[in-house]
This record gives sequence, C-alpha cells and structure tokens, in this order.
Amino acid sequence: MSKKNGQCESLVIQGGRVIDPGSNFDEEADLFIEKGRIKEIRSRKTQKSSSRTSMPVIDATEKIVVPGLIDMHVHLREPGREDEETIVSGSEAAMAGGFTGVACMPNTEPPIDDGSVVRFVLRKAESTPIKVYPVAAITKGRQGKELTEIGDLVSAGAVAVSDDGSPLSDPEIMRRALEYTKMFDIPIISHCEDLSLTSRGVMNEGRMSTLLGLRGMPPVAEEIMVARDIALTEYTGGRLHIAHVSTARSVELIREAKRRGVRVTAEATPHHFSLNDESLRTFDTNLKMNPPLRTARDVEAIKEGLADGTIDVIASDHAPHSIEEKEVEFDAAPFGIIGLETTLGLVLTELVEPGVFDFSAAFATMTLHPAQILGVEGGRLQKGEKADVTIIDPLKKWTVAVHRFKSKSRNSPFGGRELTGKIECVIIDGVTVFRSQN
Amino acid sequence: MRRWRTLALKSRHLLGLEGMSKEDIELILDTATSFKEILERPIPKVPTLRGKTIVNLFFEASTRTRISFELAEKRLSADTVNFSKATSSVQKGETLKDTARNIEAMKIDMVVMRHSAPGAPHFLARCLDVPILNAGDGAHEHPTQALLDMYTLREKYGTLEGLNVVIVGDISHSRVARSDIWGLKTMGARVTVCGPSTLIPVEVDAFGVNVNYNIDEAIQDADVIYALRIQMERQTSGLLPSSREYHHRFGITQERLRPLKKRVTIMHPGPINRGVELASDVADGEHSLILDQVLNGVAVRMAVLYLLSGEEGTVE
Repeated sequence: MSKKNGQCESLVIQGGRVIDPGSNFDEEADLFIEKGRIKEIRSRKTQKSSSRTSMPVIDATEKIVVPGLIDMHVHLREPGREDEETIVSGSEAAMAGGFTGVACMPNTEPPIDDGSVVRFVLRKAESTPIKVYPVAAITKGRQGKELTEIGDLVSAGAVAVSDDGSPLSDPEIMRRALEYTKMFDIPIISHCEDLSLTSRGVMNEGRMSTLLGLRGMPPVAEEIMVARDIALTEYTGGRLHIAHVSTARSVELIREAKRRGVRVTAEATPHHFSLNDESLRTFDTNLKMNPPLRTARDVEAIKEGLADGTIDVIASDHAPHSIEEKEVEFDAAPFGIIGLETTLGLVLTELVEPGVFDFSAAFATMTLHPAQILGVEGGRLQKGEKADVTIIDPLKKWTVAVHRFKSKSRNSPFGGRELTGKIECVIIDGVTVFRSQN
Repeated sequence: MRRWRTLALKSRHLLGLEGMSKEDIELILDTATSFKEILERPIPKVPTLRGKTIVNLFFEASTRTRISFELAEKRLSADTVNFSKATSSVQKGETLKDTARNIEAMKIDMVVMRHSAPGAPHFLARCLDVPILNAGDGAHEHPTQALLDMYTLREKYGTLEGLNVVIVGDISHSRVARSDIWGLKTMGARVTVCGPSTLIPVEVDAFGVNVNYNIDEAIQDADVIYALRIQMERQTSGLLPSSREYHHRFGITQERLRPLKKRVTIMHPGPINRGVELASDVADGEHSLILDQVLNGVAVRMAVLYLLSGEEGTVE
C-alpha cells in the first residue's frame, strides 16, 4: 500500500542513465511511473528524443537513476532513546541519503523482542514514506538465553533476527536459532565478536593500540565468531548474514564458505572501507565504533571482498549518539557513528571513482542484494515493480556539514570531507519524497 | 644574575614525547639544569610564575607525581589549586569537559592533568584555551617522567647518544615505557624491552625497539636497567601466574648483575615492589639512581611549567 502525500503517483523521469543491477540494464532511458509502479522503461537507443507526455516530468539528464537504496543495518533508537533519533528523524536522514528502505536493529529500549514492539515500530513508520523493515531480536531481552517467539515476530513484520551488539556467545543457542529460522527463510544477522577477547577494548588491537596505550580488540575476536557461525550454518543449513565485516581474515573465511556453498552473505560499512586505525591518533570519539576501524591492510581486503562479490552489501550501521555522550574521554564514549547521509558519497568517492567496482556493482550492494537477503520488495527497476527510485548526480562535489544532517545526531567522523556524488531526488511508490535543495 | 628569553617549545601543550624534536627535549633538559641549581640554594624559590594560577587535576591516584608538580609550582611562586577525584564532582556525574570549563572560568593559566583514560589530556586541550601538561594518561604517555629520566641519565653520562637502555617489566600497561622509548630513541639511545610475553604489547617493534624475553641476555650489554612496577592485579587477569615466578624470571638481583662486564645503572619510576621487580639491595645499591630521579623530577617539572607558561623569566 502506498502512502499518499496528496501528490500524484504518475510521472516520468527523462533522459537519465538508468542502472538496474538486477537485469544488467545500464542505458540512457525514460522511466515511466504510473499509480506508484514502474510502467515502462523506454531506452533512448530506440527513441532518440524525449517521449511526449502529459505526465509530470523530472529531468534526469546527466544523472543516474537507480532503484531506491536500501540500508539493511541502521539503529533508529525508538523506542527508548528518542533524544538521539526517532523513526521519523532517522527516516528523514535516510531519504536525504537516497534511501527508500531501511532495516532497523532491535537494540532499542525495550528491545524488539516481541510482536507488539514490531507493530509499534511499523505504526510509527506509517508517518514517514520510508519503508521500515524491523529486525527482531533472536533471544528474549537480547540476553542470549531463550529464543524469542520468532514466528510471531515474523507474522508481525520482522524481516530478520539479530542480537546485534550483544552477540550470542552460546553456540548451542546460535545453532538452534539457525535451525528454527529455517522455517521462515529469514536470515540471522550476526555481529561477530567473542566478548571475552574484546573485554574493555576500545579500538583495534595492533600497532596503533600499542602506540596509543588504548586497550585493543583483537581481529581474531571477530574471526573466531565468523568461523563458528559459518560452521554452524553449514551444519544446520540455516541462513547467515554477517554484519559489518571488518578484518581481512573474515573476508577470507566468508569467501571460502561461499565457495563451499554455505548460505552466508555479508555486509561492510562505509567507514570500514574508507578509514583505518591510524586516524585514532586524534583520540576523536567519532572514530570509536564496534567493530573498530582496522588497519590499512584490512581496508584493502574489504575493498577486494566488495569487488569480487564476497561482501554482498554496503550498510551504514547508522548508530546515533548524543553530543554529550560522545564529548568525553575516548574510553568513556559509546561505540558507533551515524552514516545514512554519507554512505552514497563515500561509495562513489572511495569505491567507484578509484575503480574498485563500477556503478552497477556498487548499486547492487545497496539495492538488489539487501532486498534479496531480507526478502523484501524493491531493489529493482523493472516493469511492474514498486516505483522506489533514487536519482543521483554522480559528479557533483559537496562537503559534509554535520550541522546540516537531518539526523538528530552529529556523531560522524566525515564532517568537512569533500565527497563526489549527491542525491538529487528520492521517489517512493511513485511519490517524490526528497529533492536536493541546490 | 642570569637572564634568558623564553625559548618556546614547538607545542603549546606537553601531551607526550612522541614526535617531540631533539631540540625541544634538549631545551627542556638545559632549562632544568638552571632550575636544579635553584633547588640547591638555601632558599629554593624564584618569582618566575608569580601571579600565575596552575590547577592540578588528578583523576587518578598519585602521590609522587602530584607532590613533585606541586613542589615545582611552589618553587616557581605560582598559585596552585589541587583537584583530585575523591573530592571532586566527577562522582556526581559531571563530565570532564564541564569540570574543566568550570575551573577555566575561574581564570587559571595552566592545567596539569593525570587521568586513567589515554587521550584525556588531548581531549582537554581541545576544550580549553590554556596550556595542558600531561601528568600521565592511562597507558599512553607520561612525558615529564621520561624527561626526568633522561635528565638523570644525561647528568650521569653526559649524553644519551649510544646508551643501551633495557626497560624491564609490564610494557603493555606502561605509560612510562612509552614516553621513555620515544624520548630515548629521539636522543640517540638504543632501547630493548624485556618482560613476560603477555605484557609486551603486539607489534611493539613499531616503537623501533628490540624485544627480548630472556632477561640475562637482554642485560648483557646494558648501560641502564629501567625496571617498571608490576601491578598485582595482572595476576588475576591471567597475564601473570604469580609475582614469585615474575621475580625468578625478570627480577633484578645482585646475582643477576654479578656476571655483567659493565657497571649497570638501575632506575625505577616508583613506587617499587621490593622483592618483585627489584631486590632491595639492588634498589638501594650504589648504582641505583632512583632517588636522583625523584629530585630531578622537581627541576624538570619546573622547566616544563616555565617553558609552557610563556613567561619571559629572570633567574637570579
């Protein structure tokens, strides 16, 4: 069901370079939208000039037109920490960042571990055009002990389960969760971290933690859990999605598992492919996140993993924190940074411009792949699909200004950085919900 | 009467020795020589920082460093205010930033800070508009300790160039080790670290030091053995089996020193666990510079306070 803002749901996007990774379509074309759905994509190869139409027109000349972006890993903080973000403010940030859909993590207060909380999130989301996909907890209270009523959560609208941030340390629970979710064909999203190896750690363990005297979180704490979860997935035949992969060895483990046909997918964040732990010399708490920034070598491995398809998805791990929580000593600051409004720019600047991969492969990680993994509509530009469309000016340079973010929070390390590629327009169910101000 | 113009340090703050130039270190050590002479006078006090207010913010327990700074400030005639965690509003949940800005609003001229979190003084330097002097931040740096160590060694050997220094003990958790390594390396000394492998941090070669887990080998050609304090809680966190085993493997004893060809200087930042990192007869022996370190600490801190104050001073 589309949400109407009193605007018409029929329009034509003219003259853009239309890229649909799902059908390998990449041509200059006119895209016709009628009643909130894609009616036709008319290639300019067959018809040179603009199609005549009485419908409203968006001129997309020299722009690229892609399926609405989907961020499968965000923290919207509602219920519980509405001072940091709400479903509405997070959705505004998402639209400004080019997204038409987001999957929100269950570490709210109370957590999304019960059908009523799923329904609460979805009801709140009705006041925004963005498609919000709740990820529910694997265990009650995210305590790692008893499974939640996953069937009920799925019926209420949950698209995946995860105890994100509080990884399941008990392999028996992980095993049963992988088995139980097979009935619903939803993925388990795993934050891979062995907590006994990272206890009190605040940054990557390595050369930089040694120099700075900060307590390290060894990469092996992630890798040991990636290996465990792959082994359990292989054994149970469940479906695993590894969140925010950050180390070179993790990428290798996933690559090998995929080769063996294990049902595993993976995501990486923009900060893990654009920053490394050398930057922590400033002790800036906006460089504190979990998993932590790793070494330059790991950053290269993440890029290779994205290039060869080992890593399927780019997701922001948008984690809003208030200014007062972050303006403290490095040890005392919470983990996490926001990312919805910088993801696209970082992908184009750090990956597409230097040639790590092309537009089509880049957009697959933010459209087709997350839609397939979550089993949600969207992620494609094809006849009959819901008209969720993002229009991007791929050459426009802009400077990140955190005070202009739509998000309620400001905890981004990218303030002041110049990025290439800016969101021009976002269309959800045929309705224009965001247009760039300049 | 001797007069000198302030030769400014390159940085406005003293946050650490990583990256500090040889010239800056020499300037501090040379300035400390003048102040040490003052300390030996019948009335060891000069008016250099009269009218200046210095706040000592100690968010972590400290006896000798705090007293040493306070003494240095008083010898320079500065007004001092002490703030320690036990009597502070930190326990009431006030943030470091608020605490510091409140104190700054009272018009102070300099802050000396000790804190358990690495980078805390760097954070403070971004919040406040006065020079910040790091008196130890977690396991990161303790620059005045390293400066006083270098001063003590320079006094004895004339130069640090080519000296063989072996730092023994818990390198992982030691801010003293980190600052000493940076400073000594910059001044041309050779540094070896030695200790249980669980207490040597990963990729320690990033400091440009040698690593040796065998103490007898490590000290063979040493000019200086610098023993670090072993914290007893390392035992409960699985890093050390016992202080007994530590003493057997790494404790500095007369027996261990006897076969050495050179006379070795013994140093320690204090407080000493006698019978663990140092045998008592070694700590109190004729080659121990431990008490010289303490006296020199006051002179070196006077030098740093003076150089950061931006005052043009006169010493009579």
